[in-house]
Amino acid sequence: MGLKKKPKIKSMKYEEFKDNETLELLEQLGGDVILTSIDEILNWGRSNSIWPLTFATSCCGIEMMAAGDPRFDFARFGIEVYRATPRQADVIIVAGTINHKMAPVLKRLYDQMAEPKYVIAMGACAVSGGPFYHNTYAVVRGVDHIIPVDVYVPGCPPRPEALLYGVMQLQRKIKVSGLLTNKVKKDKKKKNKKEDNEK
Amino acid sequence: MSEVIKNYIVRENEDYIVNMGPQHPSTHGVLRLELVLSGETVKQVVPHIGYIHRGIEKMCEYDTYKQIVHLTDRMDYLSAHINNEAVCLLVENALEIEVPERVKYIRVVLDELTRIASHQLWWSAYGMDLGALTAFFYGMRDREKILDIFEESFGSRLLHSFNTPGGLMHDVHPNFQKHAMEFVKYFRKKLPEYKQLLTDNVIFRNRTQGIGVMSRETAIAYGVTGPSGRGSGFSCDVRKIAPYGVYDQLEFEQILYEQGDSFARYMVRMKEMEQSLNIIEQAVDKITDGPFTAKVKPIIKLPEGEYYQRVETARGELGVYVVSDGKKFPYRVRFRSPNFSNLFVLNTIARGHLIADLVAISGSLDLVIPDIDR
Repeated sequence: MGLKKKPKIKSMKYEEFKDNETLELLEQLGGDVILTSIDEILNWGRSNSIWPLTFATSCCGIEMMAAGDPRFDFARFGIEVYRATPRQADVIIVAGTINHKMAPVLKRLYDQMAEPKYVIAMGACAVSGGPFYHNTYAVVRGVDHIIPVDVYVPGCPPRPEALLYGVMQLQRKIKVSGLLTNKVKKDKKKKNKKEDNEK
Repeated sequence: MSEVIKNYIVRENEDYIVNMGPQHPSTHGVLRLELVLSGETVKQVVPHIGYIHRGIEKMCEYDTYKQIVHLTDRMDYLSAHINNEAVCLLVENALEIEVPERVKYIRVVLDELTRIASHQLWWSAYGMDLGALTAFFYGMRDREKILDIFEESFGSRLLHSFNTPGGLMHDVHPNFQKHAMEFVKYFRKKLPEYKQLLTDNVIFRNRTQGIGVMSRETAIAYGVTGPSGRGSGFSCDVRKIAPYGVYDQLEFEQILYEQGDSFARYMVRMKEMEQSLNIIEQAVDKITDGPFTAKVKPIIKLPEGEYYQRVETARGELGVYVVSDGKKFPYRVRFRSPNFSNLFVLNTIARGHLIADLVAISGSLDLVIPDIDR
């Protein structure tokens, strides 16, 4: 079941992405012609200026820095501006292990970010605990126990290309999601509820 | 010791207490510093650690000796190859395994390449800490050349776990020697660029010279090793004082500076990169043909007893202490990590400086936080 609306990402063919269920669900929402058109423009802007939070706990942070260096050059995709404060960031790239002492701090950082916000779990530790899954008492087994994750990037540590691919998947997700069409859906829900009450 | 005791201060009501971290761009990780300020002057720095504690020492008790090697990568990830070597040397010395000559020289070349890559990254990040973003791009550009050599032989860029007790995982790529020599030639030409960009920069010099002076006594009292210790004139290079591998057969200098300020620590690292290039040049020629590993049993059992091995990582002296009860798992493993000692001297050397200089001082110590917490 392919997508009707095919998001375009610069220098990457649509066929090279693997479809997943989340994006198909987002596609089914639908909406008015005007609202979806405005959404498209908004999403184009949002997806090409994602500002990540400077958040690196361990080894993956080095590869995250490498993704910003002259060879890999994050800036081509509009995400080179690392922000040190969560108030100005759009996406939090969780690069590294999260342990039980760090978990409340990460949750707080996520809460401080302004909506709409996204999370990329970078590296095996952030995805599932990775090499620290067994025999340790200190590590949170996957960052999705604390905050909702949009894109998982596996590897120990993932190559900068892998992170770039993950970021492009996030851009694609932003492009099919809707700021306004989601509201339409909520309205529909309200109507349905009213109808249910009347019945 | 008297200098150490003097450091305890009494907090007053007017003191301003600020938290720096755990999420702060200039702490290079998740370190929390509790600063006691009087105005803008730092009165006391209390480091709080444990935000990246993963229990690696406890995990080692459930792993065989060959598996432990992979965990040491994740401690000080910028000198991953040297960390591996510490465990490998310990097992080899305990079981008296004869490692082939080829392996010894390949290990030295890889050690020094790792050291240069680590110092390049530190140089990039230190420039960025002090507001010179250009340094980041130049440092990372040259670092990628080393990572290319690693990738060609091991298939991995950062954490390659290439050492194993008895030798190497597999043989290096046939072009390894050629590319290593090409890098030496390339980087010799680029080092003057580093000097022009940052070392000779007036703003940079004013921000580092005379800032965070650490005396030789303080360095010894706190156990500050590596380039940070050598910047204060503390002769602590393990490659010289207790040579391992083939370091006693190679010619190189131990860089010592007497000033002990941030700029001296900076200069030690810059000169060390040149020395590393010399070592690579000598060692590459001596790589002979031969096997890439000695014959080692799949499951290693160390005889009962205590073992200790120390190596010089890019940040200082790493010690591995193993207690064995004769089984395939160690009874207890303890790591003496260089960054732990280097961090706690911060309180002594940052006192009396402005809060803006604290970044210059902590940056010059070159801290890697997962190595502190383990």
